Amino acid sequence: MKIGKKDIEYIASLSRIELSELEKEMFIHQLSDILSYIKKLNKLNTENVKPMAYSINAFNVFRDDRSEPSIPLDDVQLNAPALKGVFFKVPKVIE
Amino acid sequence: MSLRLFEYTAHRIKAKILSKEILVTDLIKYFLERIKSVEPYIQAYITINEEDALKKAKEIDEKIENAAKVGLLAGIPVAVKDNICTKGLSTTCASKILKNFIPPYDAFVVKRLKEEDAIIIGKTNLDEFAMGSSTENSSYKITRNPWNPEYVPGGSSGGSAAAVAADLSAMALGSDTGGSVRQPAALCGITGVKPTYGRVSRYGLVAFGSSLDQIGTLTKDVKDAAVLLQVIAGYDLRDSTSMQVSVPDYLNGIDSGVNDLRIGIPKEYFAAGLNADVHKALRDALKMYERLGAKIIDISLPHTEYAVAVYYIVANAEASSNLARYDGVRYGYRASRSNGIIDMYCRTRSEGFGNEVKRRIMLGNYALSAGYYDAYYLKASKVRNLIKNDFDIAFQQVDCIICPTSPVPGFKIGERAKNPLEMYLSDIYTIPANLAGIPGISVPCGFSKEGLPIGMQILARHFEEKKLLQIAYAFERETDFHLKKPVLKISSEQR
Repeated sequence: MKIGKKDIEYIASLSRIELSELEKEMFIHQLSDILSYIKKLNKLNTENVKPMAYSINAFNVFRDDRSEPSIPLDDVQLNAPALKGVFFKVPKVIE
Repeated sequence: MSLRLFEYTAHRIKAKILSKEILVTDLIKYFLERIKSVEPYIQAYITINEEDALKKAKEIDEKIENAAKVGLLAGIPVAVKDNICTKGLSTTCASKILKNFIPPYDAFVVKRLKEEDAIIIGKTNLDEFAMGSSTENSSYKITRNPWNPEYVPGGSSGGSAAAVAADLSAMALGSDTGGSVRQPAALCGITGVKPTYGRVSRYGLVAFGSSLDQIGTLTKDVKDAAVLLQVIAGYDLRDSTSMQVSVPDYLNGIDSGVNDLRIGIPKEYFAAGLNADVHKALRDALKMYERLGAKIIDISLPHTEYAVAVYYIVANAEASSNLARYDGVRYGYRASRSNGIIDMYCRTRSEGFGNEVKRRIMLGNYALSAGYYDAYYLKASKVRNLIKNDFDIAFQQVDCIICPTSPVPGFKIGERAKNPLEMYLSDIYTIPANLAGIPGISVPCGFSKEGLPIGMQILARHFEEKKLLQIAYAFERETDFHLKKPVLKISSEQR
């Protein structure tokens, strides 16, 4: 499985990651290697096999509809990179 | 203190504390001194919790003085992997993107440690976001294997494993997504347990591969593993995959032996690529089990060779989604200059993540993207079912499976760092248990020609940790591999 420059640019944009030309080269090479290895899965016929997402019987978990105290806002906002009043401040969203 | 208390197991230390032979405050001071002299050579910790540890020690001393009830881990120093949230104590995931992150809450397991009067001595190094098998992917430091500083301690819980092996903590917590507790335990010559998926709450564990992640224990012997697992196991409403299965008393009956136990030996784990010293150590261990009355049965887990390929699709697909939250908005690193919000996300993530994390996020996004989902993610999810089915069939014939933890006794720092695929293959024997959700333990079972420890892995059915501990203990009490100590290559007075 070979991936090209267009592929790596597309995946990087999906991932919200910027790459330098040098990094693109490196990742094209490494991801192609890994995907070639992964291709071995195609040796198996899985037509009648069900996909499995969880190894144990996962089921919906409900709790009583009762409000409980949240972590105090002040504690949460201690980690904020930028604040304006009680709000998280971000760069302009709409042009 | 003339006793080399830092070498003691937690259960021996606890006996000394409860009999008032030692004060917890002195014990913690003693460990902190040990850390000061040895840590520069090992680099196991990202943060040392000095002030708070001493404060807590004093509180426990007062409790003991007043004959108040104390917890299961009263006064025991425990190191915590730095991807497990500790309230008020920095939790970095060894990533630049969380460099200044101070969790506003405790993980479930940390809350449990505190309730049982353990002392959190520090936060340990890891591969960034637990992505790696050598702890070389940390943004902060490279942890060294106490047995030989040129070698990696394994990973991703390499800091926790090295801390315990070098006597910088009595015990430690790690996390295991594809072998990240068991493999470093093997490479550092200690005991590591990955519990069943759903046995221990992941609330407060920074998510990597959510269908695989499980918190585990790193300890000096099997009894310590039983005690630490006792503390952290159990149902928690805040982890929706936490299971309502009762927690047995893990120490009770730990010495019941292995008479008539059926041990399965999967031929795929003893195939080409297995190091000769590891192979020999495992053969000797199996002979020991036979002498103790167990039956050795050859089995096959035919889809083993596909496990690594499945894992690197499933784990990375989940990681690409889990790590989307690091956007520089609410917490963590934010790029200083940007042109609009999308640019801010991109710069923050490009500057904040290391190469391995970027590689995995991109691989995961690729496998989930339009046109590739069926070929990669769906295909991998199906093969995962075949791998789980292999175990279901095997466990109809046998009570447990024994195999190596790692195909090699260790590898040198830098040896595999340049080739990600080669690094991924380090986890070939540990990944299947995560895919199937079953519990596993790694215990020391020998040494290589170069003097590196070798680990034996025991696997059992879902929620059979108690049986795993019994089987491991039966071996441990007949051998002395777990008692061997690395001779640290530092000046003799610091040893």
